[in-house]
Amino acid sequence: MRENTPSERLFNGIVKENPTFVLMLGMCPTLAVTTSAINGIGMGLSTTVVLVLSNMLISMLRKIIPDSVRMPAFIVVVASFVTMVQFLLQGFVPSLYNALGIYIPLIVVNCIILGRAESYASKFPVIPSIFDGIGMGLGFTVGLTCIGIVRELVGSGKAFGAQIIPLAGEGKVGYTPITIFILAPGAFLVLACLVALQNKIKANVARKKGAAVPSKADRDEEACAACGMCGGQAKIFATGSEPDKEENIVEEKLEESKSEE
Amino acid sequence: MSDFSLKISSSPHVRDRMSTSGIMKCVFIALVPASAFGVYNFGLNALLMLLTTIVVAVLTEFIWEKAMHKKVTIGDFSAAVTGLLLGLNMPPTAPLWMGGLGSIFAILVVKQLFGGLGQNFMNPALGARCFLMISFTGPMTTFIYNGVTGATPLADIKAGGLSTVDTMSMFLGKIPGTIGETSVIAIMLGAIFLILMGIIDLRIPGTYIVTFVIFIGIFGQFSSAKVGLFDPQYITAELCGGGIMLGAWFMATDYVTAPIKPRAQIVYGVILGILTGLFRLFGGSAEGVSYAIIISNLFVPLLDKWIKYKPFGKGGEK
Repeated sequence: MRENTPSERLFNGIVKENPTFVLMLGMCPTLAVTTSAINGIGMGLSTTVVLVLSNMLISMLRKIIPDSVRMPAFIVVVASFVTMVQFLLQGFVPSLYNALGIYIPLIVVNCIILGRAESYASKFPVIPSIFDGIGMGLGFTVGLTCIGIVRELVGSGKAFGAQIIPLAGEGKVGYTPITIFILAPGAFLVLACLVALQNKIKANVARKKGAAVPSKADRDEEACAACGMCGGQAKIFATGSEPDKEENIVEEKLEESKSEE
Repeated sequence: MSDFSLKISSSPHVRDRMSTSGIMKCVFIALVPASAFGVYNFGLNALLMLLTTIVVAVLTEFIWEKAMHKKVTIGDFSAAVTGLLLGLNMPPTAPLWMGGLGSIFAILVVKQLFGGLGQNFMNPALGARCFLMISFTGPMTTFIYNGVTGATPLADIKAGGLSTVDTMSMFLGKIPGTIGETSVIAIMLGAIFLILMGIIDLRIPGTYIVTFVIFIGIFGQFSSAKVGLFDPQYITAELCGGGIMLGAWFMATDYVTAPIKPRAQIVYGVILGILTGLFRLFGGSAEGVSYAIIISNLFVPLLDKWIKYKPFGKGGEK
């Protein structure tokens, strides 16, 4: 696929660099508002609108905005669009506005939007930037909706607000909702499971295509480098020559002491 | 002499005869008195609950390890102990599937997803108990005793002060509560067995209980119970009620989630005591042992890292 074409940008945003499952950006709204699928879609689409518009405007202004003040400039652009979206939601979908609450104004500081402005829209022409915004926004929406569906289904037996699993009640046999899933811990559990599932599917696809999958040793080394707790002293994974060297030193010292005797 | 060489392997150099499964079997045996009393006190449903949690815990571990092509470790009894501990933490009237779900959560999410035995960051049984408490607050806090739905003595103290509870029956265990927590005598029998076998020592439970007593002795007057400074009856009732005995002797001392260094263990016990006191006296619910233990579990890696011992032979006079 050629780079920076509209279709490549859409694929990149929704699948390859999905902001929720791959880039792990915008975790605050992801964890907070996904108590139901509707909330997930609402949050995702609001963010998409802001993202597309801000990407477009920032890309248009990319040669005018001086490098040293680009962050405040981006924030002003994003904040203007967020204010518009907020008033529109308040006016036309008050129920969603109430459900999302503080997280609508917080779209201003959503790291997906600033991240795309900084890393894409400020460097590329208008059309690819718009499609980058659409792709990333839809990717975010898909991520939030998936999490919302699972949490709503397990946590209250509903899908998109409709009771699809009958609940247990007075003498009735039915489903007892596991309430933790619509509370904060459930967001982490579901997010973790979906990210794992997504990684598994992508690894399978890559294996079918015959691409090189990183071996376990490579992954271990990567994890070791990323952690940095021991500064590489522990060498749990490296089965290189160093331990042998130490052993040799001990042996040499023993032999030295023997010869002194 | 050229063939002379000493191979130095990495530690451990000294091994104990006691194995993981040996320790776990001892813990299991030590829990038998509390379980037996629970069954005697609450009847058949308590027995079914204990069996459910144990069987589901062991089965979950077996299926997961088979599916993941790992070494099957159900023979070391740790899953059975987790299941039994969870069962002892369940109200006797809770539906059986709830205990089963808790066992699955304990083994799958808290234990196996983090790497199995020795890798779990919090006590699996208590993690599952808190999962159930948050999910099913109603059934998990409803206690029916002798056909009467009543509050636990701790809740009584919190609501109406000391005069409503009978300390002697709390000590014996003839009170509503979870299956394994009611009888101090039965729990102490098991604890003494563990101490004699050298499996636990007094450091964690001792500092935990002493800190807790000091905390509630001082701050009891500010709680809803309105007792005097170090009121003996209040302290006895708080010690005999709720899960503090079961928690202190059997769950705070869990090898995986407790600190290794002796000084760190003492700090850990102090944190446990303060948190339990805080939750019980000033928290929303009457009981706080399980939350106190799992929160303290999270401090354990830090405690073991921060508290340092001078290695033998270092730092002496130059």
